[in-house]
Amino acid sequence: MPSTRPRRVALFVTCLVDLFRPSVGFAAVKLLEEAGCSVEVPPLQTCCGQPAYNTGDRATTRAIAAQVIDAFEGYDAVVAPSGSCGGMLSHHYPGLFDDDPAMKVRAENLAGRSYELISFLVDVLGVRNVAARYPGAVTYHDSCSGLRELGVKAQPRNLLGSVQGLELREMKTPEVCCGFGGTFCVKYPEISNAMVGEKSADIAATGADTLLAGDLGCLMNMAGKLQREGSAVRVRHVAEVLAGMGDLPAIGEPEHG
Amino acid sequence: MESTAHAFKANVDHALADPNLQDSLAKLKVGFSERRRQAAERLPEFEALRDRARDIKNHTLAHLDFYLEEFERKVIGLGGHVHWAPTAADARRIIAELCQSVNARTVAKSKSMVAEEIALNEHLEALGIAPIETDLGEYIIQLRNEPPSHIIAPAVHLTKDQVADTFLEHHAKLGFDKRLTERNDLVAEARYVLRQKFLDADVGLTGANFLVAETGSSMLVTNEGNADLSNTLPRMHIVLASIEKVIPTLEDAAVLLRVLARSATGQESSAYTTLNTGPKKPGDLDGPDQYHVVLLDNGRSGVLGTEMQDILRCIRCGACMNHCPVYGAVGGHAYGWVYPGPMGAVLTPQLVGVEEASNLPNASTFCGRCESVCPVRIPLPKLMRHWREREFEKHLTPKAVRQGLAMWSFVARRPALYRRLTAMANRMLALFGRADGRYQALPLASGWTRFRDFPAPQPGGTFHARWAKRKA
Repeated sequence: MPSTRPRRVALFVTCLVDLFRPSVGFAAVKLLEEAGCSVEVPPLQTCCGQPAYNTGDRATTRAIAAQVIDAFEGYDAVVAPSGSCGGMLSHHYPGLFDDDPAMKVRAENLAGRSYELISFLVDVLGVRNVAARYPGAVTYHDSCSGLRELGVKAQPRNLLGSVQGLELREMKTPEVCCGFGGTFCVKYPEISNAMVGEKSADIAATGADTLLAGDLGCLMNMAGKLQREGSAVRVRHVAEVLAGMGDLPAIGEPEHG
Repeated sequence: MESTAHAFKANVDHALADPNLQDSLAKLKVGFSERRRQAAERLPEFEALRDRARDIKNHTLAHLDFYLEEFERKVIGLGGHVHWAPTAADARRIIAELCQSVNARTVAKSKSMVAEEIALNEHLEALGIAPIETDLGEYIIQLRNEPPSHIIAPAVHLTKDQVADTFLEHHAKLGFDKRLTERNDLVAEARYVLRQKFLDADVGLTGANFLVAETGSSMLVTNEGNADLSNTLPRMHIVLASIEKVIPTLEDAAVLLRVLARSATGQESSAYTTLNTGPKKPGDLDGPDQYHVVLLDNGRSGVLGTEMQDILRCIRCGACMNHCPVYGAVGGHAYGWVYPGPMGAVLTPQLVGVEEASNLPNASTFCGRCESVCPVRIPLPKLMRHWREREFEKHLTPKAVRQGLAMWSFVARRPALYRRLTAMANRMLALFGRADGRYQALPLASGWTRFRDFPAPQPGGTFHARWAKRKA
């Protein structure tokens, strides 16, 4: 339900944003604050547990999930600038505690108030436009978990439509996986490379000068491939552009000057 | 069929270096998914039908013993025979004995993945009985002595030119010594060569898409009509099907058929849908004298009641592989056994063992596209993750992965330590390469940097370090 009432929102920074691209976290804070939220960053967060979960280590995943559940207790909403981490909290945590009713209740409570950033802005806060400018042609990649677990598809495109000077050019298959897949990209590098190679061809065919997506893992994968191929396409997190931070050096680009 | 699933990584290298295969896959990726999308869009109730299809299969699996016995009773009542085959070896023996009982020299086969699963052709050949594949794709790969690479399009890995060469090589001795270049001409030649084989066959062997308990019928869909010739011309018709193919009623079959063809090829229905209900009756103009159904378990009943049960809903449409980016990159042979793609990554470890097939459920990004198109809504990524959990419990996960994960988990569970180490990692990464904004090589990250640059962290420290400063 759209509301202008400030909400007490906890930012789930995600481990990749924390280590590699803090500007995505600051962009998220800015967008949330502009939408009337008061944003806090619970200090006891580390990672959502996907590396353990997707390796089949359920015990470790549960331990990390319990830690996240503790750290994010009491906030109105928990928001991550990532569909895959957001999906982990909102779709996968409850199933980890099928044999622990007390924890399952807490996991379901967290799941019910956990969101991916852009869909939270649009679907929950009712944000319809942003005060940003980004001159150029961009193409948008739908990261898998956000798209298929959380239904993130129209929301980023709608907000990008309000960015001044921005032209959106769709890929032929924006919904096909980029080949990142967390540890997949280093466990099966040849397959991952074939997948991201196809993605970079699809990106190039749009003629866009900028690639955007909502998940840093996918973005690092695609940026790394585009740059290895010598492409001039710049790669950014969609939140950065929406927050008016599109003049920062792009992912994998050196500092200005 | 002999599994090469253990050699998955070598199979992948081979597949990625095969230009004909890559050419074929490029067409498959676009064609199948686009046709399925259009077919689904044309039918407003398609999503609701998927729910019904799922529910029908779930209901059947919950009462599988009941419906199988009901099916058996009906088949016997029609004058047919039902043979229970707990293992692949049992099924091979039963079928061989049936063929020998009528002194069969040739068996006309319509495409059956279960026959591939039990390696039937090799067994019959060893006994001097010639199996003849009558599905065009199966016929092509039989000539080439290759396994199928897709469950509904077994020769999808081949280009038209490869098929032309194969036909010239094998048909020249039959008088067809001109290399054909047109698709229709190739089909016509195969049709001509196969026609006499249908007429000569002593036994017809088909699979089944569904076994209908209420009528004792086996139901088959094809686009070539080859199944109809396989089951009406010979004296004996053998249906080989796995136990989870049974469904309660014809009404249920109608629901499943509506999602099957749309999901598989984007057709509203396959060109031929055939019901076989017992042997030739007095007054029938044609049909087999003997009708046998061989019901194969081969490990499936062990899946019932487990977290893997959902895979038994599979109706073998192939949509999961048609939409899988991993299948699209490497094709079906890389998976090393009968069932490729996401459904194979779940089923193969069950049927050949998780040690043999451990790579299959791991070689997925969990992108979820398979689940999003599955007509019976099998949660394929979740089931692949279950296999990873079983591997982890059995200590089959590679040692380096386990150790790395243990170290990471130790740190991730200690937020204060995690902050210190990530800040340190951030500074260390900054020491080399930040000027370029990325790294072309990084220690311990060759899997990444062999093919991709690795982006350097932004300057100024981690988010949490900067947030703490901002708040101070």
